[in-house]
Amino acid sequence: MQLKTPSSPHAHMPASVTSVMLRVVYALIPGLIAYVWFFGWGVVINILFAIVVALGCEAAMLAMRDKPLKPFLTDGSALVTAVLLAISIPPLSPWWITLIGTAFAIIIAKQLYGGLGYNTFNPAMVGYVLLLISFPVEMTSWQAPLMLITQHSLGFLDTLHIIFGGGLPDGLRLDALTTATPLDTLKTQIKLDHSVDEIISTTPIFGHFGGKGGEWISAGFLLGGLWLLYKRVINWHIPVAMIGGLLGMALIFFIINPVSYPSPLFHLFSGATLLGAFFIATDPVTAPASTRGRLLYGALIGVLVYVIRTWGGYPDAVAFAVLLMNLATPTIDYYIHSRVLGHGAKRKD
Amino acid sequence: MIRRLWKFNGGVHLPAHKEESTHHPVQRAPLPKRLILPLHQHIGESAEAVVKVGDQVLKGQMIAHAKGFVSAPVHAPSSGVVVEIGDFPVPHPSGLSAPCIVIETDGADQWTPLQTHGDYTQLDPSALRNIIREAGIVGLGGAGFPSFIKLNPGPGKVVNTLILNGVECEPYITCDDMLMRERAPDIIAGVGIIRHALHARECIVALEDNKPDAYAAMCAAAAGTDIQVVQVPTIYPAGGEKQLVKVLTGMEVPGNGLPIHIGVVCHNVGTAAAVYRAVEYGEPLISRYMTITGGNIAQPRNLEVLIGTPVKDLLDECGWNPGTLERLLMGGPMMGFALPSDSVPVIKTTNCILAMTASDSLPQRPVMPCIRCGACADACPVNLLPQQLYWHAHAKDLDKVQEYNLFDCIECGCCSYVCPSNIPLVHYYRYAKTEIWAKEREKQKAEAARLRYEFRLQRIEREKTERAAKHTQKKEELTAAPADPSDTKKAAIVAAMERAQAKREEIKGGE
Repeated sequence: MQLKTPSSPHAHMPASVTSVMLRVVYALIPGLIAYVWFFGWGVVINILFAIVVALGCEAAMLAMRDKPLKPFLTDGSALVTAVLLAISIPPLSPWWITLIGTAFAIIIAKQLYGGLGYNTFNPAMVGYVLLLISFPVEMTSWQAPLMLITQHSLGFLDTLHIIFGGGLPDGLRLDALTTATPLDTLKTQIKLDHSVDEIISTTPIFGHFGGKGGEWISAGFLLGGLWLLYKRVINWHIPVAMIGGLLGMALIFFIINPVSYPSPLFHLFSGATLLGAFFIATDPVTAPASTRGRLLYGALIGVLVYVIRTWGGYPDAVAFAVLLMNLATPTIDYYIHSRVLGHGAKRKD
Repeated sequence: MIRRLWKFNGGVHLPAHKEESTHHPVQRAPLPKRLILPLHQHIGESAEAVVKVGDQVLKGQMIAHAKGFVSAPVHAPSSGVVVEIGDFPVPHPSGLSAPCIVIETDGADQWTPLQTHGDYTQLDPSALRNIIREAGIVGLGGAGFPSFIKLNPGPGKVVNTLILNGVECEPYITCDDMLMRERAPDIIAGVGIIRHALHARECIVALEDNKPDAYAAMCAAAAGTDIQVVQVPTIYPAGGEKQLVKVLTGMEVPGNGLPIHIGVVCHNVGTAAAVYRAVEYGEPLISRYMTITGGNIAQPRNLEVLIGTPVKDLLDECGWNPGTLERLLMGGPMMGFALPSDSVPVIKTTNCILAMTASDSLPQRPVMPCIRCGACADACPVNLLPQQLYWHAHAKDLDKVQEYNLFDCIECGCCSYVCPSNIPLVHYYRYAKTEIWAKEREKQKAEAARLRYEFRLQRIEREKTERAAKHTQKKEELTAAPADPSDTKKAAIVAAMERAQAKREEIKGGE
């Protein structure tokens, strides 16, 4: 009797790339619920539209590259890219913003680099940064939290109309719907020599320890991130190092001068800090392989976020910091390995 | 006694599948008609047959002797006639054949007279080692290293800790578990012998905490001795030698070193029982406990099996279904290898036959690109970077894979097991190791050729100088020995010529 002789191991865990990616999407749900609660339907519409665009681009590129469609379309990676990008852009962005960003992320940043597993840069962040530097007006028109929009309640159909039709509900102007983000406001006002306390207490967009609504969205992402840690989809190294890097910097300057530098807590719950720490910087494809490498990578992202937020030209910096450190990943991998069992151990003979 | 335990990096929790095969007490497998005994059943040199076709052999009689230092003899597991000596399929993933002695059993199962040795405490370690060597005992845990060598720590080496490995961390396999349950006193007696040979200071029997019955039996047997029976947490591969040393002692076996380099020696519990039988009763290693299990087996269980028994006999004994057999493994699902055929025999290192149906192993899924998720690195019990190793092995960059410590890989399969992309990582490491060994052999061959060539040039050169030396010597002999008459004549001629020359110059000078 002749039998097949495949190589060991002869058992396999049920996990697959798809299940890993889907868990990332599930973990985003608490933050998304908070997002919809505070900012309305815009983000959901953006996400759905981005998913359609991402899968369409992925399919077209796979077909052109003669790759099998089914395993790669169902691997969930395009889905994750689409959702992360859609979360990152302003909720009322016109549809073509989402289209351009997603298409660029999938076609240029992912597929032209070789597709799943081969991209050097986080595709969602490449798409985001492209939009940010190409369309600064649209990308900085952030919707105000719903409770600050007093003139009109923004329903699903209204939002759909704004995003795809470009029109606004009767009697409403865009600047009534939008506002500068808390990070942006703070930055501008500090430059005008106002103290942090003064700014936060006089501007209604600030909440308890971050932006109004934004702090709860961040808390939602934190919850999802902790679930990812619990499920071992991600390791603690990058999030902890990144948060540590950012908080460390924030703490130093806060202690030195609390008038001009907001508290570490504000940094933690503002902008994309927690989304970035758990969902973006942890993208394994573009992060270093060793644990020590990941600690360094995460910490430097945190430091860069603080530096750009505080002294740079953009109010938030997670996307830039991640992309800059993506650049450093090969170098970190080249120099930092893990200590192999028994290496460095002394012989007794 | 509570002993402090340490942790090693990674490892995976696997579905154990141990229950299936532990319901029945261990029975002897029926005597097979034919025993096929490969001459190579252990690491090291093959044994060399000392019987010929037609010879009558008795149970326990040596039929092949150890050739070389790292080698072990083979004994007849039952009485009968040697009917063939030649190449037969052996348990090896390559499916190649290798030299075997085939014995047709006569059913009498008649022992050869056995030599007992009396009180082992009166024997010195080298005599003990000799008995164990002559009994053909090799490590029964899997690798099959001749045991007597591990009983010789070498001059000046102190053994602090003797570890008896009963961890048995692979799923499905329960033969060590059953052995500890049923023959704990034998094992403890064997431990005493091994300890005597090694002069070990402390002595630990380790087993996973999923074997409470074996633990109780071992504790009972060890009562009154200072042998510690220690339960270690159930995580694969806690039974790996380096992992177990770390868990029990907190020390790390140096990379490309051995446990003895930090004063530790490890033996399998089955080996200890075999050592006891050899020293106490003079019995060579001719049988072992093994597990026959898997979804394809009607009555999974453990049997005491004669070495050389064809696998098919055991499958028949336990009830199998050839129609639904998906793969047949020797060893466990993580490190065992798939047998090319059911006609191969059981050898000394066979601890398990695992007959899997398609539902035992997950259906084949497509291999996806590596997403660098790092699950492999988290699972690696030696703390390697499996994805980097894969990357460089895939690119055939053999220098790089060595830089990433390929040879520290113990091929436990944890990385492949957890890989969400379904990449057969271990397969690539084996491939890379084989390539490097081939290159190394190639290099050695080239080196040998170069040495041969240089030696030839040297010889030619030497012959030339020798010839020249001989030549000048002859010349000197010719000029320096004026004894014979022709030489006096020559000398006279030379003298005359010199005189003539002097005269000519005188005349010239006068002009």
